Amino acid sequence: MRNEELQNKARQLRQTIFKVICEGQGGHIAGCMSVVEILTVLYHRILRVDPKNPEEPNRDRFILSKGHASVAWYAILAQKGFIDEDELATYGQGGTRLGGHPDKLKLPGVEASTGALGHGLAFGMGMAVAGKMDGKNYHTYVLLGDGECQEGSVWEAAMFAPQHKLDNLTVIIDYNKLQALDRLDKIVGLEPLVDKWESFGWEVCEVNGHDVAELEETLSAVPFAANKPSLIVAHTVKGKGISFMENVPIWHYRLPNDEEMKIACEQLQIELK
Amino acid sequence: MRNAFVEALYDISGKDQRVVTLVGDNGAIVFDRYRESYPERFINCGIAEANMIGVAAGMAACGKIPFTYTIANFLTQRAFEQIRNDICLQKMNVKLVGIGVGFVYSDLGPTHHGTEDIALMRALPGMTIISPADPVEAQGATWAAASMEGPVYLRLATSRTPRIYGDDYEFEFGRGVVLREGGDVTIISTGNILPEVIKAAEQLERGGISVRVVNIHTIKPIDEEIILESAQKTRAVLAVEEHTISGGLGSAVAEVILEGQNEAIQFQRMGLPGVFANGYGAYDEMKDMNGLGWQDICRQAKSLYEKKLQLV
Repeated sequence: MRNEELQNKARQLRQTIFKVICEGQGGHIAGCMSVVEILTVLYHRILRVDPKNPEEPNRDRFILSKGHASVAWYAILAQKGFIDEDELATYGQGGTRLGGHPDKLKLPGVEASTGALGHGLAFGMGMAVAGKMDGKNYHTYVLLGDGECQEGSVWEAAMFAPQHKLDNLTVIIDYNKLQALDRLDKIVGLEPLVDKWESFGWEVCEVNGHDVAELEETLSAVPFAANKPSLIVAHTVKGKGISFMENVPIWHYRLPNDEEMKIACEQLQIELK
Repeated sequence: MRNAFVEALYDISGKDQRVVTLVGDNGAIVFDRYRESYPERFINCGIAEANMIGVAAGMAACGKIPFTYTIANFLTQRAFEQIRNDICLQKMNVKLVGIGVGFVYSDLGPTHHGTEDIALMRALPGMTIISPADPVEAQGATWAAASMEGPVYLRLATSRTPRIYGDDYEFEFGRGVVLREGGDVTIISTGNILPEVIKAAEQLERGGISVRVVNIHTIKPIDEEIILESAQKTRAVLAVEEHTISGGLGSAVAEVILEGQNEAIQFQRMGLPGVFANGYGAYDEMKDMNGLGWQDICRQAKSLYEKKLQLV
């Protein structure tokens, strides 16, 4: 029953993301689709957050370091009640609070303004460090892109967290194996990714990033080891849910044409107006 | 100047539990007392400036007041994007402390010369820049930085900075200081080059040219009033900095004069003219080698004054 509920939420999230980006005339559809189940499980099962109290000092923190998946974040924040569902329709219009990348100063529930890749982890670590300093027991979750792991700043952070025994920190990597121009392994491959993070001192688990049960089980188990930060390598599919987008690099930042729109709406069970 | 800063930081940390100190693997010995007293509030982030800034920003997001301390170049350049996006864009209350400005690290070469930091930090929205001239001013600046809300860049020389002010000096944020009154030409300057400027002014005075010396310790937001008043009064303004002339103090002063001043002013920037500081040696030698000794300043000021006389 729980899983079905989550899967329904995930399906709705996909529909919302697709509609908002298409109506807003621009966005990173495929990179949003790969993190749908991750966000669904986080916000509906894991994060101790209260939409009525977005600044509550003991809240869990979530940072979408791959900020270009902003619409996915807006969609889940709307589902959870941090913003109104109605506001999603303003995406892409003048004066909107919903930019192409998330704005901490404008939106409740957005813990960091991201968009420049490689920044979110250090920022999240600062939150974790502050938490340890103050004896608070909130947990900080940071969602990284895999292409993002090409940034050196990610590895500076990767060295820092184990040093400071940040077991109140969990990183999730959206390992969809694609970046803007091509597959990662054709550009700067990350393998062996699990080995890398383990050798840096992180406790690592791999999951199917689209299996809500697996995600919930794994995310509920953090920290995986005392005194160590946790890392989840989520194997995902870029463009998941839309057959012609799945694993196809060109869909990094691209809008469907009319023909493609029809197919996508059918697959996502969206009624075409 | 550096020890004065650490002393102030120590006292501030005693008063405010939110203050934490992050360093980029520097400050050996000088932070020993601090670390003994506040071990849990001191983090050596290692040689990873971008990470240090990101962490500081995240800590500020949780209510801390982080002071991040390392060599000016590595702070402002390696971590520039972090300063821009993690701190300024999100208005995080982080205090950036860069040491070794100008070429005070005179034997270490240009990699360690803080000669573009003003230009870089000036371009960032929401960034306050304080550039103290001596240890007393550095302490006042540190207290001011701690008590204001928002990002601050505090640029410091190092140890062995000569005193300009007496013990009774009261630091006033945002207000330029007239160190010496005069009517023939103004020299506006900042930071550790000020002793050279003062020497030059004294020499010029002996030669019959009266010089107004203005110390701009707050580069951003800059004291436009004192700049315009000086321009109005003397009609000849020389801006001197141990920094590139592109985008630094001189540029800031020129912007104010050109946008605010109606009558003809002779204006000149003096600093590093689009080159890195050349050579290795003692700090005094470096100033002479790079055209920023007091004799050079005298020459420039005199020539500016003579140009002004021709205009009048």
